[in-house]
Amino acid sequence: MSYRLLREILSDAQNENLKFWQVILNDNCRENRITEKESFSKMTDMYIAMKEADSNYDSKAKSASGMAGGDGKLLEDFRKQPNRLIGDFLTKVIEKAVKMGESNACMKRIVAAPTAGSCGVIPAVLITYEEEKKVAQDRIIEALYVAGGIGEVIAQSAEISGAKGGCQAEIGSASAMAAGAVVYLEGGDNEAIIHSAALALKNMLGLTCDPVGGLVEVPCIKRNVSGAVNAIVSSQMAIAGIRSRIEPDEVIDSMKRIGNLLPECLRETSKDGLAITSSAIKIMENISS
Amino acid sequence: MQLFDIIGPVMVGPSSSHTAGAVKIGYVAHKLLSEQVVKAEIFLHGSFLATGKGHGTDKAIVAGLLGMQPDDVRIPESLEIADKMGVDIKFSGISLKDASPNSVLLKLTGKSGRMLEIVGESLGGSIINIAAIDGLSANFSGDRPTLIVHNLDQPGHVAEVTSMLSHKSVNIASMQLYRENRGGNAVMILECDQEIPESAVEWLKKLEGVVKVTYYSLIPTGGSL
Ligand code: SF4
Repeated sequence: MSYRLLREILSDAQNENLKFWQVILNDNCRENRITEKESFSKMTDMYIAMKEADSNYDSKAKSASGMAGGDGKLLEDFRKQPNRLIGDFLTKVIEKAVKMGESNACMKRIVAAPTAGSCGVIPAVLITYEEEKKVAQDRIIEALYVAGGIGEVIAQSAEISGAKGGCQAEIGSASAMAAGAVVYLEGGDNEAIIHSAALALKNMLGLTCDPVGGLVEVPCIKRNVSGAVNAIVSSQMAIAGIRSRIEPDEVIDSMKRIGNLLPECLRETSKDGLAITSSAIKIMENISS
Repeated sequence: MQLFDIIGPVMVGPSSSHTAGAVKIGYVAHKLLSEQVVKAEIFLHGSFLATGKGHGTDKAIVAGLLGMQPDDVRIPESLEIADKMGVDIKFSGISLKDASPNSVLLKLTGKSGRMLEIVGESLGGSIINIAAIDGLSANFSGDRPTLIVHNLDQPGHVAEVTSMLSHKSVNIASMQLYRENRGGNAVMILECDQEIPESAVEWLKKLEGVVKVTYYSLIPTGGSL
């Protein structure tokens, strides 16, 4: 991976007269010595695996701890409510994000993007987009390259694991990746893509990783929802012309520094935060008994 | 990090370190044994022991030992599958010295009686390291074809192995040497860019002073399933 900065992607796109996603595709081909066709078909496999995971949601499955399972079904049923507050698109996004998070907790097959804990964000946004906007699947695959490019820069210049950077690095990164992908699908330019990512990431800065019992369930599953919704909201701001007042690459840099400052007890060790509340302790006692 | 580490991998949840990494450790161990596992003593260490149950680490390791890869949907049923196949599996806890938090010691016996003992550690993001083989240090990730040669610590063995590889046009990516004590048991670990032909591996086994040859190939065997 040759990109440490989002700006480098943009300048290559401009110099070579390519789209954002094509720059990432080319980079992937160079790095792995594969053809464009091979790379694109591999990315297609990833998306198909996401769609399979979405449609294979099992509403009866429960995680080993008993904490996770069944919430996706509640949302699916609620979608049929005529007077719900939230519109169709976001309603679906919320439902898919919970379902994917639950599937992961229940040992189903998912696609880590960028991690298993944050596996619900990107598919919730992109599958809903394909279904609701009736776009060709190939456009979604292109959007996945946009998401992947943003994720690679974050991985290079900051972190994408909760153990190293807190949840801002997992759900935050996924949200930024999805936010850029949606702007691409909506026809925004490259500037709007990286500002959308920046706006999304800014909203997630400082988020701690404090999972109950060290398991990827609470709060992880529902955080996928906030990451997905945040991505869509951020993309709308960016397409409307709003720009992050902080340069996007500097936002990523901030995330890195904040991650370094997070105490170890809030980086996946379950030694503080939600993980040591009385509710959490009660849940853990029930599991071990 | 590569693009398909960011969008991907496809894996069975819930955790890349405690589930996907654990499958990979089991899988590499199964490949190293190079025959069906009939008995496995599994010693969980650190966070594998503490939170392994909730992450399905036990099922994940056994799935790998049966030859499943991290995206195999049968992982959650691996314990039942092993049971049906008559594989004898025993779990216990252990405190390993100087081991990383997500580690496991595997004592395996294969169909023909071949035995293998390895320590595997999961380093996060489904990246693993094999830290010991048969009590001697090791250090490899299972991302490349890997040759492990246990030999007596005598002059000449390294040259024999490397010249055989060059003869077969296999390029060495990394090479490590460890020994218990001078003149005792030694091990060399070679990660290669190409697969080593089976005949060459067999030839090595017959060399004087070579105690054991283990080869990890990336070519899937379909496992013992
Ligand atoms: S809380 Fe921790 S484990 Fe859960 S999704 Fe966030 S970073 Fe991952």
